Amino acid sequence: MPKDSSGVNINTNGVQQNTFDAIVIGSGISGGWAAKELCEKGLKTLVLERGRDVKHVKDYPTTTKHPWEFEHRGRLTAQQQKDNPIAARCYAFDEATSHFFVKDNEHPYIQEKPFDWIRGYQVGGKSLIWARQTQRWSRFEFENPQRDGYADWPIGYKDLAPWYSHVEKFVGISGNKDGLETLPDGEFLDPWQLNPPEIKIQQAIHQHYPNRHVIQGRCAHLTSPRQIHLDQNRGQCQARNICYRGCPFGGYFSSNSSTLPWAAKTGNLTLRPHSVVHSVIYDEQKQKAVGVRVIDAITKTATEFFARIIFVNAACLNSNLILLNSTSGRFPNGLGNDSGLLGKYVAFHDYRGNISATIDGFADKTAFGRRPTAAMIPNFRNVHQQEMDFLGGYMMHYAAGPIGWNRGFESAGVGVAFKDMLTQQADEWSVYMMIQGETIPKEKNHVRLSTDKKDEWGIPLLITSVEYDENDNKKMKDFWDEGVAMLEKAGCKNIQPFDNGRVPGNDIHEMGGVRMGKNPQTSLLNANSQLHHCKNVFVTDGAGMASVGNQNPSLTFMALTARAVDIAATEMQKGNI
Amino acid sequence: MERRDLIKQIAMLTGGAFVGAEFFLANGCKPDSGAAAGASFTKANMAFLDEVAETIIPATNTPGAKAAGVGTWMTVMVNDCYDAKDQQVFKAGMAELDKACEKAYSSSFMNATPPQRTELLTAIDKEARTYADKKKPDAPAHYFTMMKQLTLLGYFTSKEGATQALRYEAVPGKYIGDVPYKKGDKAWAT
Repeated sequence: MPKDSSGVNINTNGVQQNTFDAIVIGSGISGGWAAKELCEKGLKTLVLERGRDVKHVKDYPTTTKHPWEFEHRGRLTAQQQKDNPIAARCYAFDEATSHFFVKDNEHPYIQEKPFDWIRGYQVGGKSLIWARQTQRWSRFEFENPQRDGYADWPIGYKDLAPWYSHVEKFVGISGNKDGLETLPDGEFLDPWQLNPPEIKIQQAIHQHYPNRHVIQGRCAHLTSPRQIHLDQNRGQCQARNICYRGCPFGGYFSSNSSTLPWAAKTGNLTLRPHSVVHSVIYDEQKQKAVGVRVIDAITKTATEFFARIIFVNAACLNSNLILLNSTSGRFPNGLGNDSGLLGKYVAFHDYRGNISATIDGFADKTAFGRRPTAAMIPNFRNVHQQEMDFLGGYMMHYAAGPIGWNRGFESAGVGVAFKDMLTQQADEWSVYMMIQGETIPKEKNHVRLSTDKKDEWGIPLLITSVEYDENDNKKMKDFWDEGVAMLEKAGCKNIQPFDNGRVPGNDIHEMGGVRMGKNPQTSLLNANSQLHHCKNVFVTDGAGMASVGNQNPSLTFMALTARAVDIAATEMQKGNI
Repeated sequence: MERRDLIKQIAMLTGGAFVGAEFFLANGCKPDSGAAAGASFTKANMAFLDEVAETIIPATNTPGAKAAGVGTWMTVMVNDCYDAKDQQVFKAGMAELDKACEKAYSSSFMNATPPQRTELLTAIDKEARTYADKKKPDAPAHYFTMMKQLTLLGYFTSKEGATQALRYEAVPGKYIGDVPYKKGDKAWAT
């Protein structure tokens, strides 16, 4: 077998049968969207997924299990915790869901500073196990980083707004039209409801803070499915809130339930699981990318696939890794990396700040069903001007709920009266509030390749070097101060601010490294999500984000992807790529 | 904030989504504290634990912990989810509990009357709570804290506990935030 320039054995047979119009690397939330849009435009599309196949419903082994059907009632064993200190710190990793998460020993990486890299290597990626909260960015998230000098977005809200609408209609987003400039309205299905204590807190905040708004959370759940959702064989969300197991109703959006089967229906999709992408192949003569090099996850043999355009949607850090590993004479430091900034300016969301409390006055009320969202307070800091002692903003989420049997862990007593108490609701309700804080991209927060350690597929290990800074600490303190004050004004009791100690990465909102920007000397991607210096390669997952905003990011990745496919198809027609 | 208070607060959040992790962080399943050796439990141990659990959550007009199989389930959890140190505390605790019963009533726990058992465990519960307030963060939990927490978790997530003592809706179909509740109504299992 011949070896190519990077020393990988390649199978040179079948170039013809390995040639497609487009290749998409990754089948998660953005890769699935790339596949759908490309296939609908009539392009023969190969989707490469490094993990196993997961078919909607059929491969959700725990989805209809009752609590008592789990040997450990959902808890992890000591061995699982010992083997997976990283994955086990993820709130969604438990006995019912662990099969959708990468185990620590399967895919090692090097933490120069503590970083929990949470991954889902399967068809559908993390779209199976995401938290499903979906808010649009506003113009402020595009404009303010430039005002404050930490990012240089070449696009604005108006560029993305029609694409938000495009994906929202297909995904199905529940929410209210709130008319807020800081959190623009979208194409909404029926909203969920706030419960009475949440409404009381909302009213207190609106009364005392004219510029702060509490809205019903928006999420990717079908509260009132439209024809387009029924056409996907998806149905109404059943308010079970055990979504991380996969949903047999298709109640929430995932690649598996939605975009991938939709793409397959066109006849243009080839989905190839167990395909670890080693690198993108750059042709020095043609001065463009011509394909990708794939290592079979099981047999470890290498194969090359070819296409006119390549979408990199491997999830933020793996997209960085692939591009860093795509070296050539023209690009010795990674594909498109003339600026030397590939892998740098990685940022994320800070979830450390939490507040718990109780609220009296609702002993005569309960709630029915399990709502997959909460109340949201859109960012109110540094919006119209830079006014705080920190940069950027934060969103707050809060929820209230009845207190049930688990208060028994901390209650005195045994016997009949104790049982009687625990089988009834407590008089007070619990209240929980959290920060979703924007972190500021910095050159020193970066990822790079190990120069001496490789994984079992011959690909260099990723080194993560990402940490919090003083700006994050100041923001968390402001959240505590403001959150406590708001809950006090609403009459809450036992208000306890705390730091949950989560390390970067555990938020699973890592972004950047291949950032978009106006200036090719300080960024990697142009306004079309194309590499400045290799225009038939598009990066439309979190890697392309120049800053991270304060919203849950997946909706923006989806909108950017649909927009980039539209641009790519036009550019192909024009013969530009 | 004191860790204990924090755990208490977290335990009350949103249907207990965080309880398991906090519970086991506080009480076993520590990733770095050595492999679980696997404590061996006899049938007699399981019967003993059934009676401890039944004393904590007795049968009333709904099934008790024994009918929900909590004794045997506890041994599975101790074997699989506790580290070696906590397994030892738990096993030694069974003997200690029996000894305390002998001392108070000149009877083994298995032979004690239900009122004696309730009185004994009420006293040990108090002792365990005092211990928890004073213990160093790294010190193991009191054996009765383990037994009580496992009993509650095992019972209220069992079919009997969730569907008879509590209300359980596998597929609610919708969310209604404002529903009347009166004293005596069953709380939700999940």
